[in-house]
Amino acid sequence: MATPVLTFTDRGIYCPAGDFHIDPWRPVPRALVTHGHSDHARPGMAAYLATHQALPVIRRRLGPITAEGIAYGEARRIGAASVSFHPAGHVPGSAQIRVEVGGEVWTVSGDYKTEADGLAEPFEPVPCHAFITECTFGLPIFRWEPQPRVMDRIADWWAANAAAGKTSVLGAYSFGKAQRLLAGLGGRGPILTHGAVEEMTRTLREQGYPLPPTVRITAELTPKTHPGALVIAPPSALGSAWSARLGPVEEAFVSGWMAVRGIRRRRALGTGFVLSDHADWPGLNDAVRATGAGRVFVTHGYTAPFRRWLETQGLDAGIVETRFGDEEEAEEPLAE
Amino acid sequence: MKRFAALFAALDGTTRTGAKTAALADYFRQAPEADRVWTVALLTGRRPRRAVNATELRLWAAEVAGVPDWLFEESYSVAGDLAETIALLLPPPAATGELGLDQAIRGLVRLTGQPADQRKQAVLAAWAQLPATERFLYNKLLTGGFRMGVAQGLMTRALSQATGVEEATLTHRLMGDWDPARITFAALIAGDAGSDARPYPFALASQLEDGPEALGAPGDWLAEWKWDGIRGQLIARPGAFALWSRGEELITDRFPDLAPLADFLPPGTVVDGEVLAWDGAANRPLPFAALQRRIGRKTVPKTLLAEAPARILAYDLLEDGSEDIRDRPLSHRRARLLEILAALPAGLPLAASPLLAFPDWPSLVEIRATARTGGAEGVMLKRGASAYFTGRKRGDWWKWKLDPWSVDAVMLYAQAGHGRRANLFTDFTFAVRDGNELVPFTKAYSGLTDAEFAEITRWVQRHTLERFGPVRKVPAELVFEIGFEGIQESPRHKSGIALRFPRMLRWRRDKGVDEIDTLDSLRALLKAAG
Repeated sequence: MATPVLTFTDRGIYCPAGDFHIDPWRPVPRALVTHGHSDHARPGMAAYLATHQALPVIRRRLGPITAEGIAYGEARRIGAASVSFHPAGHVPGSAQIRVEVGGEVWTVSGDYKTEADGLAEPFEPVPCHAFITECTFGLPIFRWEPQPRVMDRIADWWAANAAAGKTSVLGAYSFGKAQRLLAGLGGRGPILTHGAVEEMTRTLREQGYPLPPTVRITAELTPKTHPGALVIAPPSALGSAWSARLGPVEEAFVSGWMAVRGIRRRRALGTGFVLSDHADWPGLNDAVRATGAGRVFVTHGYTAPFRRWLETQGLDAGIVETRFGDEEEAEEPLAE
Repeated sequence: MKRFAALFAALDGTTRTGAKTAALADYFRQAPEADRVWTVALLTGRRPRRAVNATELRLWAAEVAGVPDWLFEESYSVAGDLAETIALLLPPPAATGELGLDQAIRGLVRLTGQPADQRKQAVLAAWAQLPATERFLYNKLLTGGFRMGVAQGLMTRALSQATGVEEATLTHRLMGDWDPARITFAALIAGDAGSDARPYPFALASQLEDGPEALGAPGDWLAEWKWDGIRGQLIARPGAFALWSRGEELITDRFPDLAPLADFLPPGTVVDGEVLAWDGAANRPLPFAALQRRIGRKTVPKTLLAEAPARILAYDLLEDGSEDIRDRPLSHRRARLLEILAALPAGLPLAASPLLAFPDWPSLVEIRATARTGGAEGVMLKRGASAYFTGRKRGDWWKWKLDPWSVDAVMLYAQAGHGRRANLFTDFTFAVRDGNELVPFTKAYSGLTDAEFAEITRWVQRHTLERFGPVRKVPAELVFEIGFEGIQESPRHKSGIALRFPRMLRWRRDKGVDEIDTLDSLRALLKAAG
């Protein structure tokens, strides 16, 4: 049998025909990177290739690197492989990576969601023979409400808190989720940001992503200057000394995991809003079907049940162990 | 269900008791009266009888959701709650209908005993019209496992705010066996539920952390053994004879050997005491395991009545000649208790729990150290002048238990918890060493912090050797100090022993599996326990 288009190594997903890795977790000569989250864009690669839209965040996070940008849909020859990047809808700049070798097409999904969020370039299905898909939420209990409904819910909560003289604090991952909330909630009142969120927001704003104005919280700034404000901060800021100095607050965590009451209660936060940058169960199934792929590799998440489910759907499915984490659960160090 | 769901969301969305009380009080002011009665019933543990069993629910839900059984089970293991799993799995409702709480529960009650297809039809119809939270609550009512994270005290406070009736009075009025299907809200609040068998709210002791020296003069205090049985309230009123457990469960029928007391106690007598299985020959309680055999059974076979006869050791007298004497000092109540008991014929299964004489605190320390030899788990200290108060009130009553026994053991298996602990490995099986073998001897699932459970969960996920359904076998590496209150022989367990109240006292990161205790050390404790 011919060498497969992609193989799975201890450094990450590898393309022998093009001699490159996709989202590798150990240093390699050439890395194709799907998006800027730290479990996908890691330091130490000799050369990086990512979408033009993803590069600014990657550079800000990794410092000086040798990197090249590529447009969505642009085909590029690397060795005997032809590669192209296609919108994944996960966060601004995120991509699926399509690799074609000798007429056979494999696609690496990276992280993705199928619902258009109004900020990230919307997901586009990529027809292929083999599809390597994440399945963070690969169980049928995960089914997201349409985004406008969730934003309305958050806005109602914010308004009720403001009416009660309280500041609202949303815990959200600082790159991606935070800006998605900004885009969805802008124009309804003053929005303040934690330093980590502000930094990513500025980077995206400079790229031209439409984001409402924000004010970075500093030692001098008190909620008195911005009554009834909404604060967006990394999840680790919730319940911390940092949030305590904001005065009377209501806190909520925004994540797909908030769909499960047990997980929500464990965080002892009380309020949780279900909003994820990963595909839900219908989204995963739609995405797999839309590729037309006969072979599917599942990675990261509920891999065992999702693989078994795909097999009952007549697909040839396997599990790939990767070191991609889950930014939805990840705790960022609290730096300002 | 809409208003009830909103109440639930408000309660579930906060951890602050002030906000919970306010949300409940609002509900008690505004909800339809019939719904209020059911809410009080649910929050005091009076759940409607299950109309549908869990197996049926799983099947129906999997069918409606178009999900195979195994995928349903995988989903359940992640959500950690059957009602929630079903609510999440079902497709969103096509059109929402208006189903009141009272109407929903009465509908469920009517379903009991109906043929399966009729029950299925009714449940599916409800699912099809309820949005997510209401569907979850409906399932909770269906499965009978309803908990709202609201302590009864908090609920009573909210009800008191909404009705203006004083809290302690309400607590008493809400006790007993009133039927939410038949009583009006007004009658419930007014205490017209009028059951002759209604118990008083139990007075509860607080844990004495340091020694008793800070309590003042020993002469102000009465000491007695802390027995390891079931706290109970025995009611002998004209037309009513009842035994209530502390959990407000009516357990009269489970203890037919106590029935003769009905004929001899003076009418209008209420006694607080401990129900124990009694070793008549040794004149001491049998181990708790003997009593446990009786608790679960509604009808008791003769052999069991002979092997584990019940006896009440009385602590207190709450009603004397039909008069509520809870406000009188303990010394008075106790004296009256002794007079009543002295007038009973010999041979009845009721006696006063003896007072422990101690001239000073050091002598009580010595007495307490011998508690286990007499079958007790420590001593109780009650101020002689104390009233029989409602609930837990610090200062007058103290329980002073012996330190738990402990052994160091290694984890062999881990299993994920439910509810708040869904997705988190919290239920562990532990082993001690026996020669070259590791012998499992107990399970435990409490005593660690959330952070420790999270850390162990990550470890279990990375170190799973084998899976048996929800159970993971892990390498014998993590050592824990296991504390327990008692130890008994048990032929049913491979180790030959069974522990009472096992829990994790500490994660011993400093110890390796070569440093754990042995089965012999457990056997030595068994011997010491007598």
